[in-house]
This record gives sequence, C-alpha cells and structure tokens, in this order.
Amino acid sequence: MRISAATFLGLLIVGALVLTALGAPRLAPWDPFAQDLMARMIPPRWMEGGSPAHWLGTDQLGRDYLSRLIYGSRISLMIGVLTVVTSGFIGTSLGVVGGYFGGRTDDVVMFAITCRLAIPLILVALTVVALIGSSLTVVVLTLGLLLWERFAVVARTTTMQVRNLDYIAAAQAAGASTLHILLREVLPNILPHLVVVATLEMALAILLEAALSFLGLGVPPPLPSWGLMIAEGKDYMFFSPWVIMVPGVALFVLVLGINLLGDGLRDLLGTSQRR
Amino acid sequence: MLGFLFRRAVLALLVCLTVLVVAFSLTRLSGDLAVSIGGPNATSEDIATIRKNYGLDRPLPVQFFDWAANAASGDLGRSYLYHAPVSGLIKERLPITLGLGLSGLAIALLTAIPLGIVSAMREGSVLDRAIGLVALIGQAMPSFWLGLVLVIWFGLKLQWLPISGVDTWDGFILPGIVLAFSAIPALLRLTRAGMIEALSSDYIRTARAKGLSTASIVLKHALRNAAMPVVSVAAVQLGFMLGGSIVIETVFALHGIGYLAWESISKNDFPVVQAVVLLLAMIYTGLTLLADMMNAVLDPRLRAG
Amino acid sequence: MRHVLDIVNLRTGFADGTEAVRGVSLQVARGETHCLVGESGCGKSVTALSVMNLLPRGARRSADVLRFQDHDLTRASDRDMARLRGVKMAMIFQEPMTSLNPAYTIGSQMAEVLERHRGASRAQALERAAMLLGRVGITAPGMRLAQYPHQLSGGLRQRVMIAMALMCEPELLIADEPTTALDVTVQAQILRLLQALQAEFGLALLLITHDLGIVARMAQRVSVMYAGEVVESGSAEAVFAAPSHPYTQGLLACIPVPGKTPRDEPLGSIPGTVPRIGRDFTGCAFRDRCGHASNACSGIIPRQDAAPDHAVLCTMDLA
Repeated sequence: MRISAATFLGLLIVGALVLTALGAPRLAPWDPFAQDLMARMIPPRWMEGGSPAHWLGTDQLGRDYLSRLIYGSRISLMIGVLTVVTSGFIGTSLGVVGGYFGGRTDDVVMFAITCRLAIPLILVALTVVALIGSSLTVVVLTLGLLLWERFAVVARTTTMQVRNLDYIAAAQAAGASTLHILLREVLPNILPHLVVVATLEMALAILLEAALSFLGLGVPPPLPSWGLMIAEGKDYMFFSPWVIMVPGVALFVLVLGINLLGDGLRDLLGTSQRR
Repeated sequence: MLGFLFRRAVLALLVCLTVLVVAFSLTRLSGDLAVSIGGPNATSEDIATIRKNYGLDRPLPVQFFDWAANAASGDLGRSYLYHAPVSGLIKERLPITLGLGLSGLAIALLTAIPLGIVSAMREGSVLDRAIGLVALIGQAMPSFWLGLVLVIWFGLKLQWLPISGVDTWDGFILPGIVLAFSAIPALLRLTRAGMIEALSSDYIRTARAKGLSTASIVLKHALRNAAMPVVSVAAVQLGFMLGGSIVIETVFALHGIGYLAWESISKNDFPVVQAVVLLLAMIYTGLTLLADMMNAVLDPRLRAG
Repeated sequence: MRHVLDIVNLRTGFADGTEAVRGVSLQVARGETHCLVGESGCGKSVTALSVMNLLPRGARRSADVLRFQDHDLTRASDRDMARLRGVKMAMIFQEPMTSLNPAYTIGSQMAEVLERHRGASRAQALERAAMLLGRVGITAPGMRLAQYPHQLSGGLRQRVMIAMALMCEPELLIADEPTTALDVTVQAQILRLLQALQAEFGLALLLITHDLGIVARMAQRVSVMYAGEVVESGSAEAVFAAPSHPYTQGLLACIPVPGKTPRDEPLGSIPGTVPRIGRDFTGCAFRDRCGHASNACSGIIPRQDAAPDHAVLCTMDLA
C-alpha cells in the first residue's frame, strides 16, 4: 500500500490538530478565557508592536490568541466527530433499510432524502439554534439531524449492490435474522464507503459550525470557536487583519487536512463515490 | 417522457408539502411562540394579548391549516417586525438574492467548466494537478472568511470593487465570487470526470476520424455528453447557493432574502422565517425539476424512455 | 503514382514501452482491397490508427515512408491531418453501437463532415447524406436522418458509418473489423456492400480482420501480421495457395474447409500466446510457438521471396 504525498499531508495536519486538541491544557501558554484589558489587540509577535508573551497576540478583550486558537481546535474537532456520529447513525440506518428492503420502504427513504435536500440547511440550523438557545449540544444535534443525507444515499446504493451477493443469500438460507444480516454481513461491507463520506461530512460540519458561530447563532461566547473568533474580530479587521486571518487559516488548514485524508482513503479503499 | 415529468411534478409537490409541515413545526420548537415574541419584558397580560392577536391561542392543526391555506393562495402572513405582508417583503428582497445566486452560478460555471475541460484534456499533467488543487482549496475555504478577506483586500487595499451593497451591478462581483467558490469544486470534478470518459469514447474517435476541428470534437461532441450530470449538479448547487447566501449577504451587507431571514431569526419574526424556508425549498425543488427537463433535451435516449 | 497508400517500415510504440508495430510495410492501390490479418493484439488496428494519426496520447510513430497520395504523412501537422481525414481518407470501426455520438441525430453527424470540409450548407449536406444512406441500402433515408443512434440496429449503424465515411468521396477507406460485432447474415450484407461501393467509387480499401474467411472472399492482396510485424504478404491467391510462414500455416489450419478437412480429425490450433514485445526484442516473435524453430530464429530474420510477389519473414529455406 502506497500513501500519496497529499494523503500524508492530510494525515499530518489532522494528526497534529488532534494532538493539539487533546493536549490543549498543556500546550496553551495562557488561560483562553482570562481577560487582560490592559493588553488588548496586541499583534502577533513578528509584527510591529508584538509582544514576546503572546505569540499570536491578543484579542479585543486581551485574551491570548494562541491559547484561544489551541482550545478552538477542541470545539471544531468535537463538533466534527459528534455530528458525524449522529448523522452517520441516522443516514446509515435509513440508507441500509431502504437499500436492503427496496420497494415501498425504499420509496419512503428516497422521499426523506429528497425532502431533506430541499430544506435550506443553514437557515433551518440557525432557526433551531435561535429558538432553543445556543450551546455546543444544540449545535451538534442540529447539524447531526441535518447532515445525514449523503450517508443515506451512499449506504442505500452500496447496500443494493451488496444485497444480491452470494454470502447474503447464504446467510439468509442459514436462517440468520434480518437484523443479524444487516449488522454482520451488510454493514461491514459498506463501511469503507461510509468512512469516506464521514470525512466529507466532518469537514462540512466544521465549516457549518464556524458559519453558525460567525452569524452569532452557533457556539456561544466566550467559548473559543474559530468561527466566533472571526466574528468577534470582524469589527477590527480593517486595521488588524490578522484577527481574522489567524482563525480563518486554522479553519482552512483543518478542513483541507480532513479532505486530503478523505481523498486518500477513497483511493486506498478503491471506492468511487464522487462528490 | 411526459409520464416521467408528471411523476416528478407530483413528487415535487409532495416535497413542498412536507417542507411546509417542517417549516411550521420548526417555529413551534421553542414551546410558546408568544413568549418569544413578547420578549423578556412582557407581562403575562401582554403575552395573552399577543397570543390572541396572532391567533396563537387556537389549536395547532387549525393554525397550520390556516397558514397553509393562506400560503397556497399567496398570502404568507404579516411580519411581526415590519408590520407588513411577508409576501411584499420577499418580493422586495428576492431580486438581490436571485441576482447574487445567478452571478455565483455564472462565475462557478465559467470557471469550473473550462478548467474541467482543460484538466481532462491534459489528464495526469502538472496543469491537471494544479487545477485539482484549486478544487481542493475551494472545498476547504470557509466562505464567510473568504468574503471578509476579499473585502479587506479588494475594498480597502485595491479599491476596485464595491464591498457592500448592490447599487451598481459590480456590487455582485465579490459576493458572487465567494458564493461561486462553494460550487466550483463539485462542478469542476464532475466536468473533468465526464470529459475524460467522453474523450476516450468511440464516438470521439469517430469524430476525429471525420477530420473535425479540435474545438468541435471537444465542445460539440464530448462536452454535450459530459454535460448532463453537470446540469443536474449545477441546479442543485444553485439551490444550495441561494440557501447559503444568508452568510454572504451578512458579510457584504446585501439586503436580500438571506439577510431578511437572518434578521427575522434574530428578532423572532416567525412568519418571515417560515415563508423563506418554504420559498427556498420550492425554488430548490423547481430547480431539480428544471434540471431533469434540461437533461431530457440533452439526451435523446431519455426522451424516448 | 501507383499506390494510394504507401507504408515502409512503420514503427509505433506506446508510453509504457510496448512496441505495437515493428517495421510494417504495405501498399494499397486504387480499386484494390488489401487485407491486414492477424490475431487481436498483433498491431493491425494500431497500424491503421497510425496511418490516420488517431493514436492515443503518449504514442509515438515513425516510418521511412508514410505516404498517402502525394502527402507525406510523417510531416503532416495535426491540422493537415484533420484536412485529410474524412475527406481523402476515411475509417470505419468495429463497434457500430458506440461509434456514433448518442446526443446527435444521424443527419447532423453525417452533415457536419460535408459542412466542415466542403463548406456545404446544412441542406446540401443533408441531401447528400440521404443519397448515400439510400446507396448503402437504408430504406426511408429521410426518416433515418432525423433519428438518433439508439433508435437504429447495429447493422444499420454500421451502414450509417459507411455512408458517413463516403460523404466526401474518399480515395482510401480503412475498415477496422467492420463486421466483427454484427450477426452473420448482416456481416455478409455489409461485406457485399463494401465490395460494391469499392467498385463504384474506385476505393482503395484497407480491410482489417482476424477472419480468414473474409480475407479469402475480399482480398486481392493480403498481409499477415504477428506481434507487430508483417510475417507474410503477397497476392491473396499466392498466399492462400502456398502459405509459407509457419504462423500463416497455423492460422489456415485453424479453419475447417468443407470437403477438405476430415470430419474426425481435430482442428489445428497454435499453442502458446503472443509474447510481450519490448524495445530490445530481436529475432522472430513466433519462435516459441513454432514447430520449425532453430537457433537462427533468435538472430536477424531475413525477408525472402517464396515466389514473385509473395514475401515471407522467416529463416526457413523456402526454395
């Protein structure tokens, strides 16, 4: 098995950010919530007026930007993973059931997918968060309930392909229960395809959380979400562009890494699910 | 063909009805709407008045059918915030969002299709890889952040293009570019894959054997066959772009549907939220229907079937 | 100028190092049918694509002479080639089902040849297309012009391909296994049609096939290809009367001849497979499968005359 340079880069990025998130308390030089009103809007240290105490400077409340960035990786990754677990469960269940049973059941699943696609994603997510109140849990659940359709599409088509294979018939002949067949025979065979979808959806969920937080209806302050950091820096961006550049680049690099990893997995597993 | 379109139309109608239910139940999520509308300072008497004035004291199914029946006849209710008919508000704002979506789509197609064609013609080359990188970057770019960066760069440093508002047509350029970025990766990859398949086909060998020009071979014979999935995805992407314009409109201060929705969500103006959700779903459904019809025009085999 | 097509020492290789055509020489005269025969993968199609310059990207071709009428094809630019293809030299292919563009009508695909090369109007081009469809035996040509490829059977599509090839009255027609994908009865019709058209238009026909029955029926001249080389060539009569290369003999032994082949005797077959030929290959490519192989077969193989107008690439003493 040969891993391409791009896949390796993706692995490197994601690996580094996972380690950052796990080791945040040790890595962060400052408390990400500690305000210092005497040291506000200090630019990164390589810029004029930078301070050696704050590598990436401070924000409008004097909080250390590097520490907030480090803690922010926790939020992005947590949102990404938890959303994909939720939406993956919903989508895979629907898709496998539709693909395996076919007929009317499949029609219903297809209809659900069509309806989901017709619902404007960001708008509905914003509405839900606005009505229930913003918190990490609400954002995860909302995105999880909305981002399942690609899991369903892929699980459905791959289950259809697997359904007619010999070992499924053998399992049926051996008298295995339907649930057993779905979990033990079908699911392991379609899993590689679902893993590829999971990377794509994780990237999407992270971008969406950032967008929601940017619009003020995602993760509530003072949590250091990268999207929120961009929103908070927006008022200062004309004079201190770095306040939006730093979290923006972090977001971009993380999503790029996940996508590179996903592309690599797709090539490695030989699945041909195209976006 | 007609039977197929009829089935699709019935399906589209059912989808819109479902979205209607979803949009309605969505706004009832918070429990008591009247409390949300009244705000933190409302007394219990105020809330009771609100409940009565807005008809919120009636049973939910009654409220729903009342709203749905009115919506079907074009009456989308009144905005709590603007004290004006919702349909009027939407009519006023829709052109901006449509202009934004269409410029986004145009920019996306004008970028993705030529790049996809070139990529396919030079498959495996350095150029092909470079173009693949563009798709990868586009996919990873947070659109609102890209918008802000462009605003800083163009608006402030270069001062070429307006960074907010659409008083003139060039106000659509920057937000259009940002919106296009979200659609380019999918369209680009699809065009490339379709063109690679088409260019290696037997009918392209025939076209070359006939001595046709490269332009005719690539643009007439190959592209026509590669275009079908691109058309479908372009329609879907336009739907997504209109839905996603909420972010772009806030970045560029464009007062379109998205901005209206965001404002309404922040201020608990539910009739407007419901209406915009429904409208966007209808537009999306209409677009996919349109794509099916366009594909039938593109592929004679579909017409017969 | 005697020959319409003159090829001397044509070599074609692919990017992966495979040498598909290794020094092929052949000539086709006006009104003549030259059959290029061999197993699949022997390089006969690549020879044809090399002449038409339709090779895939990454392939290289070279030749001492590659001349079509008075055009030196080794020096022709892509633009020059595009002006010859479809005008003076035309080609039809093995797969009629996929060789027509599914998105355009028959009429549109035929007409564009004349529009491009002769600057004809759509109406003029369609008129000629209808005439030619009639000529290749398609009834109701007017209706067919408005139809799409998927509405036609394989035999009809191949007739359309032939008619399309004739749009500009070419001098040379290359037919690459034109009947392989068709039913036997349709095969015979198409072959008869090709013969009739050749007589009518004075076409030089380069017919590529693996079917010796077709060769016997159609060819004035024949070239037998094996592993990128022409191992035996000459007039069809001479080659069939006295096949001299062990490979040709083996090929002929594989077809039953009614009355000649005894019923209870097994048909011949050639053991082994075609070797993969790299750049450094020398000697006879058939030697591993040949009953007459000797040490000399690893060296340089002489091209000898078995008879006047009958050449064989073999070390055996043919005298």
